[in-house]
Amino acid sequence: MSVWTARIIKAVSLAVMLAVSPASGPVAASEIGDAKTGARLFQVCKACHRVGKEARNAVGPHLNGVFGRVAGSVEAFRYSEGLIRAGADGLIWTADSLDAYLENPKSLVSRTRMNFIGMPSAEDRSHVIAYLRDFSDKPSDIPEAEPTSTATDHALDPAILAIVGDPDYGEYLSGECLTCHQAGGLDEGIPAITGWPREDFVVAMHAYKKEIRAHPVMRMMAGRLSDEEIAGLAAYFEGLE
Amino acid sequence: MSLSRRSILKGAATTAALSVAPMIMGASHGKPKVVVVGGGAGGATVARYLAKDSKGALDVTLIEPTRTYFSCFFSNLYLGGFRTLESLGHTYGKLASEYGINVVHDWAVGVDRDKKTVSLAGGASLPYDRLVLSPGIDFVDGSVPGWDLSHQNRMPHAYKGGSQTELLKAQVEAMRPGGVFAMVAPPNPYRCPPGPYERVSMVAHMLKENNPKAKILIFDPKKKFSKQGLFQAGWENSYPGMIDWLDSEFTGALEEVRPHSMELVVGGEVTKADVVNVIPAMKAGRIAELAAITNDKGWAPVVPATLQSREDENIHVLGDSAHQGDMPKSGFSANSQAKVAANAIRGALTGSKVFPAKFANTCWSLIGTNNGVKVGAAYEATAEKIAKTSGFISQNGEDAALRKQTYEESIGWYAGISKDMFG
Repeated sequence: MSVWTARIIKAVSLAVMLAVSPASGPVAASEIGDAKTGARLFQVCKACHRVGKEARNAVGPHLNGVFGRVAGSVEAFRYSEGLIRAGADGLIWTADSLDAYLENPKSLVSRTRMNFIGMPSAEDRSHVIAYLRDFSDKPSDIPEAEPTSTATDHALDPAILAIVGDPDYGEYLSGECLTCHQAGGLDEGIPAITGWPREDFVVAMHAYKKEIRAHPVMRMMAGRLSDEEIAGLAAYFEGLE
Repeated sequence: MSLSRRSILKGAATTAALSVAPMIMGASHGKPKVVVVGGGAGGATVARYLAKDSKGALDVTLIEPTRTYFSCFFSNLYLGGFRTLESLGHTYGKLASEYGINVVHDWAVGVDRDKKTVSLAGGASLPYDRLVLSPGIDFVDGSVPGWDLSHQNRMPHAYKGGSQTELLKAQVEAMRPGGVFAMVAPPNPYRCPPGPYERVSMVAHMLKENNPKAKILIFDPKKKFSKQGLFQAGWENSYPGMIDWLDSEFTGALEEVRPHSMELVVGGEVTKADVVNVIPAMKAGRIAELAAITNDKGWAPVVPATLQSREDENIHVLGDSAHQGDMPKSGFSANSQAKVAANAIRGALTGSKVFPAKFANTCWSLIGTNNGVKVGAAYEATAEKIAKTSGFISQNGEDAALRKQTYEESIGWYAGISKDMFG
């Protein structure tokens, strides 16, 4: 297991732990901080990195769309071998991996050229991550990319997550979804929901139901579904190839 | 003929009771037969869901006169130059080859409710255990004085997809510089409430690029219309001074149109136009009338939970033709109703589980480039009607990114519903 894989597993484990005991512990890596504070903190990064409209590569690669990007993949930027290898191994920039990288770049990617001592405060890192997220995916995306997730979505009663849905009922209910979403998983204008992990589906639908997520159509559709119906849909779409 | 107490109870029966019921076969012929008339958003969807979900237990026949279905929804985007006509055309090949639906390209010209048969223009007579009518709309004769179907090439309605839309676009493109496009808007209820106003937006978009001094006049019998605030703000921003919406309270009633001289007489005044788009008052598609299941307003009343005709429990009516309550007449609504009806029909004919009815609708409209807006609602079946339970609408002042996203979402919806209809 590589160092960065271990770090990510640790970070994800922390997020899961917080999901079931939301009141405990320090700031989770997947919690999104305050973007305005992040903009101020980003001044430190500006020596090497650009982000925002017309941002270009400088000493470091530009950071537009960094969330969900494979490490070492910005075109025309000359990366260190270490970062290219990490990308080839599957390192993708997410809230968790960015958090680990910001805390201590060299502990996540061996021989990275990012000459930065690290940001020790988890809170500061969450602010910088929030700032960077403004230049990546938006929370209204469905299904959400991992980097757009917030801990708020996961504050769901474990009893709801434990409901075993009836996929037959889900298949009937899916008719409502398939007016817009494509069963085959095409992702154009309206995102794909086919094959989505059951828990992610349930969490997202309840976030719409509670009006945490913004999309009005989805709020309307989820708003009238019972917990069992959501579980049924999740069971059906998870099994759809 | 009215619904029996037994059939109503059956519609509300528990899933457990139905799931153990024996297979119910057609009275005189092997597998139960379902005949669907109309291959649009309601008909194609119900046929596909019946065939797909019954896994061969039902014999499904779809009667549709055209070999290529051109959707009326999104036809305005073709007028505006945002879609090709070809991209709105769909064929029935997959429904036949992948789902085993017997697709018959013919006109349904009669229904014998006692014998439970549908007669076709080609001479055939098809028996059914359940009949689904989803014929869309037809026009009310005489609703626009001076206009009838024989004038549709002079003054197109373009309110059924295909060649009429093509004709209207050609006429707008051929308008003289600074000419007048006039629309006679329909009274309620009609297919696609925001449709006429999206059309005006798309015509304005085309004229702004090619004929910027042209004018658009809308003669409207209604005092208000769907998404009015959004459209009017959009017109002011994108096409200032080009569009005048004239409701009859302001101008007086439309007295007549004169197709041969391209004139409209409104409130005693004669207006000359270069293109006149006449959208008459509407009623259920003719076959519903022939089946004698329409009311005095020309629409077919239905039982909300099953879409069964109030006049005949063996007939279901979907989409634009149905008089069902609060749902607008839209492709989305027809598609939504089709799934509820398919579930109810399958339950009645094969004993499969019947789940509670849920309905939804969303209507997207394009005002200009990347400027999409939407309105939608959720519905449930009550004893009296399909009743609205919640809804939403886009807001004025939304940022450009959200409007673009809404437009892109509508493109995704078109792809999704097309797949849902035709496989």
